[in-house]
Amino acid sequence: MAAALAAREAGVRDVLLLERDQHLGGILNQCIHPGFGLHHFKTELTGPEYADRFARLVKEDSGIEVSLRSFAVKLTADRRLSYLRPGALEEVKARAVILATGCRERTREMIPIPGTRPAGVYPAGLAQKMVNMEGWIPGRQAVIVGSGDIGLIMARRLALEGVAVKAVIEIQKTSRGLVRNVVQCLEDFGIPLYFQHRVSMIYGRDRVEKVAVVKVGDDLKDIPGSGFEIPCDTVLVSVGLIPENELLEMAGAEIDRRTNTPVAKEVNLTSIPGVFACGNAFKVYDLADWVTRDSALAGKMAAQYLNGAAL
Amino acid sequence: MVSDVIIIGAGISGAAIARELSRYKLKVLLLEKEAEPAFGVSKSNSGIIHAGTQNPPSSLKGWLCVEGNRLICTQIASDLGLDFVQCGQLIVVFDLADLPELEKIKKEGEELGVKGLEIVDRAWLDKNEPNLGPEVKAALYVPSAGIISPYRFVYALVENAVKNGVRLLTSRRVTAIRRKETNGFEVVAGGEVFRARFIVNAAGLFADEISALAGAPTFKIVPRKGEEYLLDKKREHIANHIIFPLPSKTSKGVLIIKTSDGNPMIGPTAHDTLDKTDLSTTDEGLAEVLAGARRMIPSISAGDIIAYFSGLRPVAGKDFIIRHEAAAPGLVNVAGIQSPGLTSAPAIAVMVADILKAHGLKLDLKEEFHRLRPRPVHLFQVSPEETRQLIAKNPAYGDIVCRCELVSAAEIRDAIKHGARTLDGVKFRTRAQSGRCHGGFCTTRIMKIMREELGFPVTAITKRGPGSELIKDERQ
Repeated sequence: MAAALAAREAGVRDVLLLERDQHLGGILNQCIHPGFGLHHFKTELTGPEYADRFARLVKEDSGIEVSLRSFAVKLTADRRLSYLRPGALEEVKARAVILATGCRERTREMIPIPGTRPAGVYPAGLAQKMVNMEGWIPGRQAVIVGSGDIGLIMARRLALEGVAVKAVIEIQKTSRGLVRNVVQCLEDFGIPLYFQHRVSMIYGRDRVEKVAVVKVGDDLKDIPGSGFEIPCDTVLVSVGLIPENELLEMAGAEIDRRTNTPVAKEVNLTSIPGVFACGNAFKVYDLADWVTRDSALAGKMAAQYLNGAAL
Repeated sequence: MVSDVIIIGAGISGAAIARELSRYKLKVLLLEKEAEPAFGVSKSNSGIIHAGTQNPPSSLKGWLCVEGNRLICTQIASDLGLDFVQCGQLIVVFDLADLPELEKIKKEGEELGVKGLEIVDRAWLDKNEPNLGPEVKAALYVPSAGIISPYRFVYALVENAVKNGVRLLTSRRVTAIRRKETNGFEVVAGGEVFRARFIVNAAGLFADEISALAGAPTFKIVPRKGEEYLLDKKREHIANHIIFPLPSKTSKGVLIIKTSDGNPMIGPTAHDTLDKTDLSTTDEGLAEVLAGARRMIPSISAGDIIAYFSGLRPVAGKDFIIRHEAAAPGLVNVAGIQSPGLTSAPAIAVMVADILKAHGLKLDLKEEFHRLRPRPVHLFQVSPEETRQLIAKNPAYGDIVCRCELVSAAEIRDAIKHGARTLDGVKFRTRAQSGRCHGGFCTTRIMKIMREELGFPVTAITKRGPGSELIKDERQ
């Protein structure tokens, strides 16, 4: 939305904004905690409030056509885009394309955590969606793997819903999350955080029954004899995000296989002229405010590209 | 209700037997202990349709495999709308001194009737399988091997059997079998009593226990665990064939397996275990599989892995056990169906029908047998033009639920209409949740569609049956 609005402000006449969900705002809608907007709006907002400020502007702008429940299936290097929506397969040729496709979560399978594959193992963001969007409580006793911000936020969220959050397990020496989240989400709720530990096994045939945890050394190798078990019925996995650039890759853009981000000499650029990537698709940001700042820049860059200005 | 035949177990063997018997004027009941068919051994099958090589020429499984391969290629895959790809197989050697071993496999395969076998050199491999590592020196090329989706194979057989009159009951664990004095059996399953003249025991890992319940404790099943690791679809073209190393004594080794959905798979391990429910994967298994696969294709990395699982092979000695049990007249055992059980299943089914006939079951063909089963729609397989036609018929084909694998709401609803009752059942039928995000984005949407279609509360939706409920509470 920030890119669309900035492109309009820079003089682009006709913007099509595709959103796969049924409402604008993406993942912000499930982030009902505060902490958004301190930089951009100089006031503290929740995720849905932050998204709503942009959604209102987008809806007021007759130069932005919004297409919801629209799923981009194909992009070519000459900027032909196909998308599906209920009732139609559409094709559109654009003079410039901005990909603001965000991230997916790294999963249990990517660490990987060995053990069984019962119900009750969820990416933390999926659990967030269950609790905040649907009102579904995933379990009664949870262990959280990884101390990224989503994991920390979900530790507090589950605690508020009456779930016993037994531990947050972090393989590194420090949290990857914001300091304020470690304090406000764990310390204030008395939730133990184990640094330099890993979950070495998940147990349970149908539903999670317990996890095995082991301490690791500086080389990330297990320290023999340090293992212990935590009974729980839920494991949330919060071990990082992967930018979603499969469309860009399909179009033939150069992708760094390690980070799954576009290879570019400058923020928001890709190796295909006229195709931009912004927000968490370009790199993983820690604050939505910085996503907004750089995405607005992407809108401006696309406008300059259309005007034939040198980038 | 009295049946002519009760089949215990709706895995690949039970499903194929059910469909074969549904050609005849018989009352057939198919009992499954899990919530859906294919949730036992078959679920973890690697999906290889073997040619028949690597089996002794005198073995039962050798000729059943060759015949099963022929039936699948020539009839079943097209009749049941299955995605069968005859991609061929390579058995590679890392040392030219092992060439006589390949020659032996070739000769034994030819004795069994496997066609087109050819020893190929490094130049052939460079041309046809360019990602092979430098250690690979030569291979046996087996053109008649292929790949299929193992669970969709089972679902297709079961659906077609049911269409032809077979009765399927799931969540019915058999707890007792009583042999009646005259003839026939009473089978207690899920608290109900079912009667039949014949029992076909296709109970996979539990076939020894079922046979003993029926009065024939004649064999023991030893589970042999195999861990498999699935790679990202982006690595689809890493191999053109299914690639085997020269087999060891206990297994065919760690393979690189193409799958009919595109994701290559590496594995399996092969370790005997005592626990018939041990489906865990391990750090050691992963290391073993990666090392084995990378010896053949060095560019495979741990970062390519998007999913993993374990399966248990039901081992009862070296060969399949397919026989009528004199100790329990009327009981036909179909046991120890490990590799190449998936391939052999259609041939096993014909063999079982013959055994039943030899022991007094009358096999009269029905006037009308519905041989064909319509192929389910998978958007990821069809052209834009076909997609448009589908959407014109049903707008929900344009409503994408699973973004990684391109699965629409229409496909999810269709899977539920065809029998999916669990999240895994939806996954196996449609591929929704089986991509790189692992259901992170689509799980709640699928659960809501299931709630709508099945009419039960979301707290009752399970991953794979009772006990695996996905959420504990729903706030009003």
